[in-house]
Amino acid sequence: MTEAGPELPFYRDTLGCVHCGLCLPACPTYQELGDETESPRGRILLSRALAEGRIADGARIASHFDRCLGCLACESACPSGVRYRHVLEGTRAELNQRAPERGVRARLRKLLLSQVVARPRRLRWAFAALGLAERTGLRRLAQRLGLIPQLTERLLPAVPPRQQRLPLVGAFPPPGVTRGRVALFTGCVMEQAFGEINRKTLALLQANGFHVDVVTDQGCCGALHLHDGQLELARRLAQRNVDAFRGADVIVTNSAGCGAALRDYGHLLGSAVAADFAGRCRDVCEFLAEQGLSATPAPFPHRVAYDDPCHLCHGQGVRTPPRALLRTVPGIQLVDHPSAETCCGSAGIYNLLQPELASAIGADKAGQLRATGAEVVITGNPGCIMQIRAHLSGTGMRVLHPVEVLLPESG
Amino acid sequence: MLPSMEALFGELTRRFGPKRCLTQPESLLAYECDGFTIHRQRPLAVVLPEDTEEVVAAVRLLHAHRVAFLPRGAGTGLSGGATPTEPLVILDTARMKRVLRVDPEERIATVQPGVVNLDLTRHVRAHGLHYAPDPSSQSVCTIGGNLAENSGGPHCFKYGMTTDHVLGAKVVLPDGTLVELGGPAGARPCGGLDLTGLFCGSEGTFGIATEITVRLSPDPESTVTLLASFRSMRDACGACSDIVAAGLVPAALEILDKATIGAIEASVYRAGYPADAAAVLLVELDGPAAATEADAEEVLMLCRSRDAIAIETAHSPEDRLRLWKGRKGAFGAMGRLSTDLYVLDGVVPRTRLIDTLETITAIGAKYRVTLTNVFHAGDGNLHPNIAYDGRDAEETQRVVAAGMEILRTCVAAGGSITGEHGIGSEKLDHVALMFTAEDLEVMERVRSVFNPDGRCNPGKVLPTRNSCAEVGRWPEMVARVLDPGGPSP
Ligand SMILES: Cc1cc2nc3c(=O)[nH]c(=O)nc-3n(C[C@H](O)[C@H](O)[C@H](O)COP(=O)(O)OP(=O)(O)OC[C@H]3O[C@@H](n4cnc5c(N)ncnc54)[C@H](O)[C@@H]3O)c2cc1C
Ligand code: SF4
Ligand code: SF4
Repeated sequence: MTEAGPELPFYRDTLGCVHCGLCLPACPTYQELGDETESPRGRILLSRALAEGRIADGARIASHFDRCLGCLACESACPSGVRYRHVLEGTRAELNQRAPERGVRARLRKLLLSQVVARPRRLRWAFAALGLAERTGLRRLAQRLGLIPQLTERLLPAVPPRQQRLPLVGAFPPPGVTRGRVALFTGCVMEQAFGEINRKTLALLQANGFHVDVVTDQGCCGALHLHDGQLELARRLAQRNVDAFRGADVIVTNSAGCGAALRDYGHLLGSAVAADFAGRCRDVCEFLAEQGLSATPAPFPHRVAYDDPCHLCHGQGVRTPPRALLRTVPGIQLVDHPSAETCCGSAGIYNLLQPELASAIGADKAGQLRATGAEVVITGNPGCIMQIRAHLSGTGMRVLHPVEVLLPESG
Repeated sequence: MLPSMEALFGELTRRFGPKRCLTQPESLLAYECDGFTIHRQRPLAVVLPEDTEEVVAAVRLLHAHRVAFLPRGAGTGLSGGATPTEPLVILDTARMKRVLRVDPEERIATVQPGVVNLDLTRHVRAHGLHYAPDPSSQSVCTIGGNLAENSGGPHCFKYGMTTDHVLGAKVVLPDGTLVELGGPAGARPCGGLDLTGLFCGSEGTFGIATEITVRLSPDPESTVTLLASFRSMRDACGACSDIVAAGLVPAALEILDKATIGAIEASVYRAGYPADAAAVLLVELDGPAAATEADAEEVLMLCRSRDAIAIETAHSPEDRLRLWKGRKGAFGAMGRLSTDLYVLDGVVPRTRLIDTLETITAIGAKYRVTLTNVFHAGDGNLHPNIAYDGRDAEETQRVVAAGMEILRTCVAAGGSITGEHGIGSEKLDHVALMFTAEDLEVMERVRSVFNPDGRCNPGKVLPTRNSCAEVGRWPEMVARVLDPGGPSP
């Protein structure tokens, strides 16, 4: 046993697992493959073995952690309270450190994450370039020439018009009486690919009487970097946000993935200030359900299936608030969706890294959604919206973010 | 690696592909144990067949190469049944999860062995049917594993164990021969020697079941669940005895002690069990509505006369589910108390429950171990759980010694060393507490009819003549666990 092993930060998290197996049915990769090494219980055992020095060559178990969706369904199922997210992040960071991945694709990914996604200006340029390519037909050309893999292409969002991609900053008072003051977390990719949802979130908060601050120095939450094992970079990004939101009482998020990451800053940074920051974060639906809507949403006479984003239900324990809010929408009909809490296979950039598995899981999700008889699917996470849209394309079913149906008539 | 192994792996990989034939030693650590974690050994390889034909092919290859193997379901077994005791190949049924046939009229279903217990019930729910044996692990464990362990569950007090619900099975014998045991004649077994009954509980040492035909049960017209909390364990056990003595046959009678309640309430399985109770009794009554209502009244009265502090009655499916949720998550929740968990499984006559529990508590104190109790009170099937830190060799030895003494107490009270978890590798040393050398000899002769070369799940259930005479394999096994290097890849 290497002496340093058990000192690894995630070692203690692995010890909570008593190997009961109750998490197996919740795990999409185990369900798909039937292989214990692709299950939470198996991964935790491998992690622990790694920390105990029983596995000399970490690269040989890396694929099992690559294939993990990080959906955290195993946490919701675990009676022993294992914080699997910490096992996963810690193990990936450790593997990354021991044997940095080689190969053009891995290096390109790391470069993209550290040099583009983590830097707002460059990300903006990237999206502008992508938009240009789209308008000039370059993207289609690249696709035809096979420069972009087909599956990946299907998942890439169409680049929104420029005015939706402009950074949102400033103080936005409500039209009438102010009920309270909140800060909005606008994200990185969210801002570029889903700027419209950010704007609608802002409008929704305003319409419901909240003064909204969009502070300038905020940035990427670091979740993608953390999932990629880039611990130090994730910490830097986290610290930047902790500093940027120092003055905010409530920090509202509209992306489940970012929200779950922000709420774990206490663990990531290990400081009281960070833990305090985490305690002030709320998902937009959670916040509005707590406060109550003061503006009645516009009528939405459709059959709707609510699909829980993993990082909202498992990651943040938020399950009832979105449903409760949706029920207040005039004319809406919420249909039964028994597998609402199952991962759709999006999982950050998983669908780009593990296209085959993600696609199988996405197809399962699409089948379950079609079986509900809904016309519209509602889910509060950009990655899930993209993934589910891609897998429902051609069915005529729409996929929306909850804020889009909660806006009042005039909004 | 031996040259013959290399050849075998080559053939297995050709047949199953690299995704369904795992041979990388590092990855195989994930298969080093089941739910009983004191014994560990990684397999040589894991094969994931998808149907009977593939199992036959794999077993024939293994037989030809004279390599031992064992069947594995979900690996939730609590006696090491799915843990290798020597270098061998695991045949994992996780991908054999198709329900092959449901006949709602005859109330039977034929399933592949990897079908998860609760999934079968979900599959037939629309017909108003369910699969009755319900181990607390039912959301995970497989019908194949249930058959091999003759598993029980809370509802087995009224409805019987797995053996009462299995009608027949296709079995691949250790030499690759495919045989059909039993088989339904309608919903009854077909007659002849009851080989299905013999196979049930053979703990994976008679071959691999690849198709299993089971009886389905009609959902009861009504169900009522009661949760009564008591000031003392003695009162809870007393109430349980009173209920049975009054001639009632509840579907389930379960008791949980204070420490277990605490762990559950701290977990995601929290069920709202009262924190101030020394013990709670969970009673479920089912049948025609009029009868369950009358029975529920009587149970209420009997609990009150034992000074129950509070009684909650649940009629709606949601409330009942909540009350059960805590019980089903109980073992896992114990993980909150320490890093490892040893779940014991002893049986005593119901009338000896309270005395035995008191002795068990004393044994726990004597060996200084953290011990809690949750059990199928109706059957007198105790599950003392010991939470411990498996990294501490000395503590682990104390845990093992305490376990041995507890099971000895059960046998002395007229009970047995296992109610439903099986012998596996865990209780090889304990077998002698119950059976004479002659008894074991007969069992060995029966087993060798199915498994003459002993290469199907070796080192389980029956101690070999040598190990029986030895002081025991425990110290050796414990030592192996504590040597984290293990057998090097
Ligand atoms: C939280 C928890 C609660 C539990 N509660 C209960 C309970 O209430 N009642 C109870 O009885 N048990 C209980 N158990 C124990 C365990 O779940 C049962 O023994 C179960 O039947 C094991 O099923 P499995 O699929 O996990 O089998 P495994 O653990 O994989 O294997 C068990 C044995 O079956 C053999 N086997 C597996 N598949 C086959 C096959 N197709 N053909 C032949 N042999 C096969 C294996 O070789 C092994 O010996 C519990 C376990 C846990 C972790
Ligand atoms: S449910 Fe929790 S304790 Fe049980 S095997 Fe999974 S992670 Fe481990
Ligand atoms: S995070 Fe999701 S994919 Fe990963 S082990 Fe847990 S349940 Fe499985």
